[in-house]
Amino acid sequence: MRGALAQASLIRHRARTALAVLGVAIAAAMLLDMVMLATGMRESFRELLLSRGFQLRLAPKGTLPFDTDATIPGVSAIIDTLRTNPAISDISPVLGASIHFVGSGRDVSGSAIGIDPAVQGDYELVSGRDLASTDDIVVNDFMWRQLGAHLGDTLTVALGYDPQTRTYSGQRRLVLVGTVRFIYGANDQPGAALRREALEGMGGSGASAGRVLRDRASLFMVRVRNGADAEQVRNWIEAKIPTVSAISIATAIAQVDERLSYFRQLALILGAVSLFVGFLLVTTLVTVSVNERAGEIAVMRAIGISRSHVIQQIVIEGVAITVLGAVLGLGLGLVTARYLNTILSAFPGLPMAIDFFLFQPRAAWSALGLLVVSGIGAGIYPAWRAASLPIAESLRREAIA
Amino acid sequence: MTSVGRDADGTIVSVRDVHRDYPVGAERVHALQGVNLDVARGDYVAIVGPSGCGKSTLLNLIGAIDHPTSGTVTIGGRHVESMSDREATQFRLRNIGFVFQRFYLLPILSAVENVALPMAEAGVQKQDRRRRAAELLEYVGLGGRLRHRPSELSGGEQQRVAIARALANRPSLLLADEPTGELDARTGTEIIRLFQRLNEDGATLVVVTHDEDLASAARRKIHMRDGRVVDA
Repeated sequence: MRGALAQASLIRHRARTALAVLGVAIAAAMLLDMVMLATGMRESFRELLLSRGFQLRLAPKGTLPFDTDATIPGVSAIIDTLRTNPAISDISPVLGASIHFVGSGRDVSGSAIGIDPAVQGDYELVSGRDLASTDDIVVNDFMWRQLGAHLGDTLTVALGYDPQTRTYSGQRRLVLVGTVRFIYGANDQPGAALRREALEGMGGSGASAGRVLRDRASLFMVRVRNGADAEQVRNWIEAKIPTVSAISIATAIAQVDERLSYFRQLALILGAVSLFVGFLLVTTLVTVSVNERAGEIAVMRAIGISRSHVIQQIVIEGVAITVLGAVLGLGLGLVTARYLNTILSAFPGLPMAIDFFLFQPRAAWSALGLLVVSGIGAGIYPAWRAASLPIAESLRREAIA
Repeated sequence: MTSVGRDADGTIVSVRDVHRDYPVGAERVHALQGVNLDVARGDYVAIVGPSGCGKSTLLNLIGAIDHPTSGTVTIGGRHVESMSDREATQFRLRNIGFVFQRFYLLPILSAVENVALPMAEAGVQKQDRRRRAAELLEYVGLGGRLRHRPSELSGGEQQRVAIARALANRPSLLLADEPTGELDARTGTEIIRLFQRLNEDGATLVVVTHDEDLASAARRKIHMRDGRVVDA
């Protein structure tokens, strides 16, 4: 009966109820978006790091991966050391450098990584084939379009440009064998990959001739066997190889958290504001509705309807508005998040796989659950107020009115 | 319609030296000043008097929706002034039927649902309350209007629905505050006849009214002035 009365009461003022539901839906959508935003980049980054199963990254001591041009010397020795640990299953050294396509009227520059195709975790092949020899190169879509080349074309690739002598430290003719999508790369950055030994071979042999790349790596990606403790392996690596900083997913996430803390706080504040606005909206509307029905409620009480019945009915009204708004807000929030994500993901320099808004069911349900709880809270005050009205006084006022 | 007056014997309402004061700003208004009144079971009492003389205040006290400042109000042997809110609510639900000047039907419910509402609160099974609500609406002459909403009924019809609602839980006392106040003369006459029929069927009625016709239809008329009963 209480539910039926609450439903009938909401239907009685259709327009007002619809507007209230819409208002709550907007607050819910904003709350959901802020929750998605607060944790989205973090979780998206985590998923990105874990996407190829490498739990550890080794960067030059004191740096983050590709944060500087610094390289780690003694790749072979490091690999030999790492292989002594049975918990490590795969090691993928990555060498980064700037490359230039020269000759044939092409003037295209970009970043390149030297990898071992058998264990690489940096890209996915889009078309053509993967690197088979040191004469092969693959590029991303952005660079491919800049080059205007075709698969099978032979390109002259140079490395280590010296502006004083206007020479390169090394050049090599490579065959374009495929296009790839770099997992950690941005959409709008030209990128290429070739075998690490090919890239090494293009580096200079001394300080005067540019960067020395022989037996060096910018980064190692390390895959730990299933069941092994990545954190233990990380500690072992740092103890065994003093020239590297071993970064686990947890460490990387902590660093991302630190960098995004203001961003996250802002999202949480805006989310809290949305929640509060939703709460105030429902409280206001239910209070207005109760004030309008003061006489009706007094009569209900006079004919023997209990105080708890009145409270329950009004709380149900508040909850119904909130639940309907939350359900609508869920859809609205997902649509707006998708739209905003498209805009934000187009920011230059961001990895393609990074999402700003990531739908995490638990966080979403928690946020919407919080909204529903606030809806119950929003209904309690006006409900208690209505049920506590002195009956005779309310009837007298109603008669005078 | 015999259930209302099924035990119509002796005194049902006993009001003794009742005072009711209201704070109005810094002052106190003495709405009732030492009122004494007895109503026997099966009686039909009209309380009349000028506006502001305390008629409705007295009716509210008899109906257990207000407490006296001093004095005692006994309904069917139970002291109203000492009841908690919960007790008073239950007491009203099962023993008092209220009819108001403005009908106060819930606009969102049909006639039959409005009548069934107090029965639902009293825990009557859905089928039973529907059947009884339909019987009551038949009794007040609205057998063909069960599904109509208040907005689809005339003022007189709405008041008859309100009377049926007041009778829903077979109350021992029916109270009406200006029940014809919002009705035209013809419709008012229909309500007066309905009250007479109710009383003939055994209901105990206390009516507050300015309507001379309604007051004249009662068995007993009580005059009030300045918060006192001046002629019982």
